[in-house]
Amino acid sequence: MSSIGKKTIQSITGGALILFLTFHALMNIFVIISPEAYDAICEFLGANWYALVGTVGLAALVVLHFIFAIVLTVQNYIARGSERYAVSARPKGVEWSSRNMFVLGLVVIGFVVLHLLNFWYKMQLQEILGNELEMSGAEFVQDLFSHPVYCILYMIWLVALWFHLQHGMWSAFHTLGWNNNKWIPRLKCISNIYTGIVCALFFCIPLYYLIINLIA
Amino acid sequence: MDKTINVTLKVWRQRGPKAKGAFETYKLNGVSTDSSFLEMMDQLNEQLISERKEPVVFDHDCREGICGMCSLYINGHPHGPDEDITTCQLHMRKFKDGDTITIEPWRSHGFPVIRDLMVDRSAFDKIIQAGGYVSVNTGGAPDANAIPISKEKADLAMDAASCIGCGACVAACKNGSAMLFVSAKVSQLALLPQGKVEAARRAKAMVAKMDELGFGNCTNTGACEAECPKNVSISNIARLNREFLCAKLKD
Ligand code: HEM
Ligand code: SF4
Ligand code: FES
Repeated sequence: MSSIGKKTIQSITGGALILFLTFHALMNIFVIISPEAYDAICEFLGANWYALVGTVGLAALVVLHFIFAIVLTVQNYIARGSERYAVSARPKGVEWSSRNMFVLGLVVIGFVVLHLLNFWYKMQLQEILGNELEMSGAEFVQDLFSHPVYCILYMIWLVALWFHLQHGMWSAFHTLGWNNNKWIPRLKCISNIYTGIVCALFFCIPLYYLIINLIA
Repeated sequence: MDKTINVTLKVWRQRGPKAKGAFETYKLNGVSTDSSFLEMMDQLNEQLISERKEPVVFDHDCREGICGMCSLYINGHPHGPDEDITTCQLHMRKFKDGDTITIEPWRSHGFPVIRDLMVDRSAFDKIIQAGGYVSVNTGGAPDANAIPISKEKADLAMDAASCIGCGACVAACKNGSAMLFVSAKVSQLALLPQGKVEAARRAKAMVAKMDELGFGNCTNTGACEAECPKNVSISNIARLNREFLCAKLKD
């Protein structure tokens, strides 16, 4: 597959994941606004067929994105040649995150696994298996975040995610061919704000519980 | 006003493509700050010859920023620390007395070292041969004003055409990608009516050649644009992506 083809897969899967994260964040925020509403959402999505199709689709997106990330990174490492520069400077205007997309991605995927064990395994999987849930959705969240360690881990994760997306989002538009000298800075700005809002919504939750538990 | 400085040079020496290279350190005294970087290199070579040592091999030709031959990676930057100039346009007044200057060749899988600081950039020629031209049936030249071209398009095409094929973009890129070069060469033609006709074929052929020659995949870091001596914009890369994707979708 051509280099641009591979990048197109990265941008489409990445873009779809950003859309998913947007909805995920909008739903999650209810857990601190109104636990009842959050439970209603959990109930509604639960293990319905469409939620399951969605879950399988998401897993496929992540797997594709991850596989192509490995291919891109390995090929790019080889393309760099066997000798490295003795002195290298990061030219100004080059985002730090753009140089560390794979490492940031690894942090993200590591936490995705942890996150699935924390929540998905206890919630949706148990529903699929037909088991009774131990607690409601909101209680699961409160339970996990009663450990400050988890709050902090999740917060670190979200920062890594933001760095990944902050480059990833405008990069995806660029890969798909949105070219225009005027729009590059605008797209960067929109991407920063959009992904900032998404990540901040997620970030509020562990932060909220961390503070609540510290005060209590 | 003739001010001189003394510098220490750490220069990459490599006997041949397969040989193992290493840095050699040289002291060079009395370098005029009015001299260019390449004149300083000439001075170094004169000193080496007088010491009966092998001079340092490096590429250069026009020494006025138009041919794209000079290709030194100086203190972590292709074409050195100054902006929007080639190595031959870099002046020694940019350096201070007592500075240590590290000089490396372009390092990239696509550009193997020939000797010392000289690399083989014929990969770029192969990419151009794959499609970076307009096929014309020779005959009477048409009137230049017969085909109207908007000022905006003409300017963008002209900016893309300012690429001198030096390879600094590849040298600067952490992915060893040649996308800035290829996108400039695709854009300068695709933007104009004469080049538009073959745009799809051109984009596909040049990208295929670029991939085949082992250049990396662009991840939009933008280091190329920052280091390009001609300020070629990465918006050309997005244009190439679009040309390429549209061409593939039409197949
Ligand atoms: C929630 C999960 C993720 C989202 C929303 C996401 C999003 C994105 C987006 C939008 C892009 C830009 C695509 C482009 O430039 O064409 C991208 C690129 C990339 N991602 Fe992810 N990603 C995620 C997880 C991962 C994971 C787990 C890895 C693997 C380690 C990874 C590695 C990469 C790499 C190497 C690139 C290419 C760098 C670039 O194009 O700038 N990502 N991602
Ligand atoms: S795009 Fe710029 S850096 Fe790359 S080859 Fe052309 S002039 Fe050199
Ligand atoms: S020697 Fe021609 S551009 Fe530098």
